[in-house]
Amino acid sequence: MGLIRRIVATGRAAQKAPKRPEPLPPARRLKRSLQIRHVDAGSCNGCEIELGQAFSPVYDAERYGARLVASPRHADAITVTGPVTVNMAEALRTTYEAMPEPRLVIGIGDCARNCGAFAGAHAVLGPVDDVVPVDLHVPGCPPEPDTIVAALRGLTGR
Amino acid sequence: MTVLVALGQAVLLAVLAPHVLGITRAVRARLEGRAGHRLGQPWRDLRKLLRRSPTSPTDASLFFVAAPPVLMATSLLVAAAAPFVATTSLAGEADLIVVVGLLLLGTVALALAGLDTGTAFGGMGASREMTIAALVEPTLLLSVFALSVRVGSTDLATIVTAGATDPASVFTPASALAAAALAIATLAECGRVPVDNPSTHLELTMVHEAMVLEYSGRDLALVEWASALRLTILLGLLANLFAPWGVATQLTPAALAIGTAAFVAKVGGLAAILAAGEVFAAKLRLFRVPELLAGSFALALLAVLAAAVLG
Amino acid sequence: MNVVAASLAAAGGCAVAGAVSAVLVGRSVRAALVGLLTALSGAAAVVAGAAAANGAAWSLTAPYLLPLTGIELAVDPLSGWFLLLVGAVTAVTGVYTIGYAGRQGEGPGSRPSLFLLPLFAASLMLVPVAASVPTLLVGWELMAVTSLLLVVTEHRHAPAVRDAGVWYAALTQLGFVALLVGLLWLAAAAGGTSFAAIRAGAADVDAVTASVVFLLGLVGFAGKAGAVPLHPWLPRAHAESPSHVSALMSAAMVKLGVYGLLRLGFDLLGGGARWWWLVLAAVGAVSALYGITQAAVARDIKRMLAFSTSKNVGLILLGVGFAGMYAQAGNPTAAALALGAALLHAANHSAFKALLFAGAGSVVRATGTRDMDRLGGLVRAMPATTALFAGGALAAAALPPGNGFVSEWLLLQSLLHPGPDAGAMLTIAAPIAVAVVAATAGIGVATYVKAVGTGFLARPRSDRAATARESPPSMVVAMVLAALACVALAMVPGLTVPALSRITSDLRLADPGETFAASTFALRVEAATLWPLWTVVGIVAGTAAVAVTARALGRARRRAPAWDCGGGPLTERMEYTATSFAEPLQRIFDNVLAPEQDVDVTHVDESRYHVTAIRFHQRIPDRVENRLWQPLVTALRSLGERARPLASGSVHRYLGYMLVALLAVLVVGVLP
Repeated sequence: MGLIRRIVATGRAAQKAPKRPEPLPPARRLKRSLQIRHVDAGSCNGCEIELGQAFSPVYDAERYGARLVASPRHADAITVTGPVTVNMAEALRTTYEAMPEPRLVIGIGDCARNCGAFAGAHAVLGPVDDVVPVDLHVPGCPPEPDTIVAALRGLTGR
Repeated sequence: MTVLVALGQAVLLAVLAPHVLGITRAVRARLEGRAGHRLGQPWRDLRKLLRRSPTSPTDASLFFVAAPPVLMATSLLVAAAAPFVATTSLAGEADLIVVVGLLLLGTVALALAGLDTGTAFGGMGASREMTIAALVEPTLLLSVFALSVRVGSTDLATIVTAGATDPASVFTPASALAAAALAIATLAECGRVPVDNPSTHLELTMVHEAMVLEYSGRDLALVEWASALRLTILLGLLANLFAPWGVATQLTPAALAIGTAAFVAKVGGLAAILAAGEVFAAKLRLFRVPELLAGSFALALLAVLAAAVLG
Repeated sequence: MNVVAASLAAAGGCAVAGAVSAVLVGRSVRAALVGLLTALSGAAAVVAGAAAANGAAWSLTAPYLLPLTGIELAVDPLSGWFLLLVGAVTAVTGVYTIGYAGRQGEGPGSRPSLFLLPLFAASLMLVPVAASVPTLLVGWELMAVTSLLLVVTEHRHAPAVRDAGVWYAALTQLGFVALLVGLLWLAAAAGGTSFAAIRAGAADVDAVTASVVFLLGLVGFAGKAGAVPLHPWLPRAHAESPSHVSALMSAAMVKLGVYGLLRLGFDLLGGGARWWWLVLAAVGAVSALYGITQAAVARDIKRMLAFSTSKNVGLILLGVGFAGMYAQAGNPTAAALALGAALLHAANHSAFKALLFAGAGSVVRATGTRDMDRLGGLVRAMPATTALFAGGALAAAALPPGNGFVSEWLLLQSLLHPGPDAGAMLTIAAPIAVAVVAATAGIGVATYVKAVGTGFLARPRSDRAATARESPPSMVVAMVLAALACVALAMVPGLTVPALSRITSDLRLADPGETFAASTFALRVEAATLWPLWTVVGIVAGTAAVAVTARALGRARRRAPAWDCGGGPLTERMEYTATSFAEPLQRIFDNVLAPEQDVDVTHVDESRYHVTAIRFHQRIPDRVENRLWQPLVTALRSLGERARPLASGSVHRYLGYMLVALLAVLVVGVLP
């Protein structure tokens, strides 16, 4: 009974959908359905927290057609966070190759774009572009959930 | 004519299945305070997946490739034959033992595909799925058998017609026990909470998902579609066996229209109740699931005994 | 000329010719010749059996062929059915032996082994056509001796083979003694040793004698059939013997145990009391449950198939038991249905078990191991064997479109209507029987998924499996023949129904019009119909349609290494083994199975906190054997030890024993 009371009291936690961003070229092919597999290639987990928030009840990216899946075989796109460390390079490449074509790579955060605060570290191989071709960058350290959701909406077209 | 009705039923269920999935996800989202996706989202996912290229592991054989068509074909056969909209569809083929056997054949095909990938998760999913199936199949068989004892036939159409023409016969102790047992068996067969979490990403908690981690493209579309179809089938059986009002007993257009509307409404309602139940329940750890299934087996056995003794 | 007589003569002649040629011919053609002759003998028996099952009659009395009693043979529909089964399995085994026994002349291809094979087949054909107690007992013992010698063919290989031989010999002889006592007692009470005389005198046999005879017959016949608790010989003998012998034993010999029970219970004793059949049904239920539970956790492929035989025999005995109970309760329709289901299941089981053992034999021959934990990847090296074994597994798992599904459907239908006069016992027993059938079906499916999935698919788990090669063509042809039988029984089982109804009316269970109806394409019971052909066609056509449509609308398939979660290439150590696959089931049935686990830790000398090696050993024992037979064996052994002083070596004492024994026999024989 306590749970029912909590559900009624909370009501709808999702925020009102912001203005729809411009659809990007892949949106025509994806047609409002985007399955995403997340790969942490060596991040500090700040971007993971924001990405998690993007799929939380408040921002709720699922309503725009994006969904996280458990295997790259099921995915249309991978979201990559962090500078690619030496140990994760091969894993990232394998994950990318496991995706069926046509496939996308979304780099989340400044580290994915140019190694951010970790540039030049001994364990870092380079930005994501050095390992797999990136189709979309989401800037920020970490990017806000709104920015991530806007990027995903650009791909789904909703 | 009956062939047309059967084909129409199969098409109806195939089209309805992703929407049933959509209903469960939408209800769950609303209860969790999210906005959730639209009802048609699973359809969009399927459409997109059907056009992507499938991948087979290099070690896999024909079992991996054949499993999605087998799963889909057996589900469509059940959808065509069993009494959902009308009871006169292909009567004689809708034997409950055959229906349970066909559903089990689909599960077996998928389990073999999971083992064929040669991955640890595929084997794990297959092992867990077959253990659960070994315990669920007797319950499914027994709970519907309990209804057939009273009617005197294992033909599903006869059972549903008997319930539709004599509504009071649905409210018996045997019926109640059988309904409870069948409800738990449905949860287990379709991989819903508390037996399995269909949206988990943690492989060690997966049962059904683990077997399909290797599928992509149209293979994955067929597997997901067939899973949704099986959920619709089992919810439809639950609805029509224990609340058979509205089912068409003749093949007139009016009766068929009412039958379709009633079926869609009942399945939609049950899907919403299922989703609401999932919000309140947590997934059981794997070695507690046999206790749950043994409990449902006991209920089903009691249902059969009650039907046999009480008449 | 009588078809039955001619084909039986041909069968016997081919068997004798096979035995003779095994002795005379050189090793390069020995296997082929003996195999061919055995196959011809089996084919002739099939013709004889089919003719007899369709009503042809024949009998033969040869009073001087055997001292004191003579030989009496006769066929009726019941013996025709079992003759048909035995003949078909013999034919398949004969073809299989051509390739399996090889050209080296050792093991299964050695002279003694190939000499005994046709004789074993002949004894299997003698038992159903026996029409007197002595003939039956002679055939029975001949069967036991030949099969025992065949089981220990490879006794130089491993001590396990000798152990299997000892258990098999002991339990077979125990059953034989029970049969000997029971049947001779019956013959004495009824006033004649021929079956006709016993049938005529059955009214003179009092109820107590009849019950004791039935129970002794149960020990003998159900023990031969492999029912729990008389089963310990079954997994041992079937696992250790060469595969063609396993096929013959499992698919043919155990059916003769069922035949004996039907002949004794229904024909000779005329139906008897209801509680007999309840006991039989209970034995069947326990066998089914215990057998499939042990099969589910077995890692030896032939041990798994042997326990699966136990399970299927359990289901057959369950059907027979219910047929008897229904007949006593005055419900001939249900009795006919139950008996028909049991007989059809016997036929289906013969077909798919022969196929499965042939497949297992191919695998063992190619890889050298029976351990499913070490197999795998055979689908690429041995595609024909894999496909045929998978077909057999589908049938054994009682899934549509297999043939096991049809007989299970009939069995469940028979349990649906106990009838108005059923009484409390039947009304409670029927639902419990349904639960047993359903439970065993579920676990059976898991067992066969394990067998096919871990034994044949994915990557090989050992070097032996990696170097496997496909079997010689004759072995594949034998499996194809068995598979064709399975397919025929799956698609048109209605063709067997006239024979089944003839058997049922012959045994006085029901009139011919009261059995279930069947056309070629449908099986019709009281209120339900099964369309086996449409089921098979629907599944196959549906799958093809979905596959073709999906391919036409989509893109081409690509091949890639399996997704390894980024952790590097997958090795065969990462695959699930048969033991790990069955582990959840083993945990669930922990109380029944009681696995023995042994953990052996070797510590570093300097510190007990560090470990050099850990050894884990798990064994799943046969609990019934440990609880029931081991104490018995220990007690007998200690009794033997304590009786040692009796054999003192003094001739006077031995003469004294003989005098006492003779006096006792005279006193007992003279007293009324």
